[in-house]
Amino acid sequence: MPAFDLHERPLRELNRALHALRTDTNETLWRVANPDGRHSIAVGLDAPVTVEIGGNAGYYCGGMNKQATVIVHGSAGVGVAENMMSGAVHVHGDASQSAGATAHGGLLAIYGNAGSRCGISMKGIDIVVRGSIGHLSAFMAQAGTLTVLGDAGEALGDSLYEARLYIRGTVKSLGADCIEKPMRDEHRAQVYAKLEAAGLAGEVDPAEFRRYGSARQLYHFHVDNAGAY
Amino acid sequence: MCGIVGLFLKNPELEPALGTLLSGMLATMTERGPDSAGFAVYGPDTVGVKLTLRGADSEMLREAVQALSAHLGGETQTVMRDTHAVLVIDPARMDEAKAWLAHHRPEIDLVGFGRRMEIFKETGLPASVAARFDLAGMAGTHGIGHTRMATESAVTTNGAHPFSTGADECLVHNGSLSNPNDLRRRLEREGLRFATRNDTEVAAGYLTWRMREGASLAEALEAGLSDLDGFYTFVVGTRTGFAVLRDPIACKPAVMAETDDYVAFGSEYRVLVGLPGIDAARVFEPEPAKVYAWERH
Repeated sequence: MPAFDLHERPLRELNRALHALRTDTNETLWRVANPDGRHSIAVGLDAPVTVEIGGNAGYYCGGMNKQATVIVHGSAGVGVAENMMSGAVHVHGDASQSAGATAHGGLLAIYGNAGSRCGISMKGIDIVVRGSIGHLSAFMAQAGTLTVLGDAGEALGDSLYEARLYIRGTVKSLGADCIEKPMRDEHRAQVYAKLEAAGLAGEVDPAEFRRYGSARQLYHFHVDNAGAY
Repeated sequence: MCGIVGLFLKNPELEPALGTLLSGMLATMTERGPDSAGFAVYGPDTVGVKLTLRGADSEMLREAVQALSAHLGGETQTVMRDTHAVLVIDPARMDEAKAWLAHHRPEIDLVGFGRRMEIFKETGLPASVAARFDLAGMAGTHGIGHTRMATESAVTTNGAHPFSTGADECLVHNGSLSNPNDLRRRLEREGLRFATRNDTEVAAGYLTWRMREGASLAEALEAGLSDLDGFYTFVVGTRTGFAVLRDPIACKPAVMAETDDYVAFGSEYRVLVGLPGIDAARVFEPEPAKVYAWERH
């Protein structure tokens, strides 16, 4: 089990070592000590390994991830798991703004709160937040799910495409073209599956969530909507 | 992009270490602002008023300080630090000293004044700016700092933060205002004077004006939410106060830490890593459009 102390060795060396891993590597568990909020820890991974980060990470932690599981035992800065393709990123503290931005796949589980713009332009990722999320979350979200056990800030889902937003708490306001939609069995099953993936199954009742999605009035130009542009 | 830092001590035992802690925080923000750096430190109270003066070089400044002291007569204490000098004078002669400087030594800038505040700023890497003024050797109750990455105007000392427009008041800013010209005109009608065309100086002047009209620091910032348009994360110092405000959109980053001993601010968490007891601190991102203010009693 490789252990890497960022007080002793530079971050570039860690990322280079992780990038060199083959998909059939036996070194499947990496422990990183003293992250001290450094940016770009464990970015661009493409192997089925687990990287455990023992502290707070800076910007873009686990960005562009494929296959790997990145676990932050602390909080994460701006853009955690941005543009993730597959795999998982777990944040045991809070996440700053733009968590999971533009990500195409995989699971981002945040066990604290997330800041503003959580899931901005998400393209297929599943995001689960145990706490609350900030303003302008899921802005222009295209696909995937955002499941929030707490509250959402202002302008949730502004200019939304086809992502599904499940919020258990209050929503301060909905963004343009975002509306509440009925929760059917298939949606409750989906919420349960996402909670289970994040290790939160049984913690809350999927029936307590409300679903928000696109009214589909904005995303093709229609002259009647000219006032909204 | 810029970096801003701030440290407000609750525990007097940390006061001798203020400069050392602040200089470490400032150096960490080099990547966000390598062009110039500045900081304000709230040191020991004086019976007089401290003027922080700046010259193009220390020789020219020394000569100007001697001439001003001779003009004022009597005892004046001066501490020279590189291109800056801190001069303690009789508060009753403050206006006279300002007028004398403007007339006889117009090349010397008055960077700030007050009973406790001293301000230092220069072009160059933050660590070297901190070293030139021996920030690490300074003691105090609170301080704020700024590292600048110039994106729209020249790299000059005049463009460096903190900006001060009133006694013991100063402000650092990450962002840009979109209504500074209109606001500057309004404030000039209220009698405020500005040394630069910088938008941040307008924000500082706005708070000075509000507080002059009787508002507390927190109330002045609250009012700023409707009068200041643009992007900002502000960290503000007064003789006894320390405050933080982010605009309602909150694009500009901000992280804070609070313990029983201090309140600390950084553009990024990295700034806070070297502070004592950070592992047990309450670390949080200040919410948009919410005034955070602390006062020493």
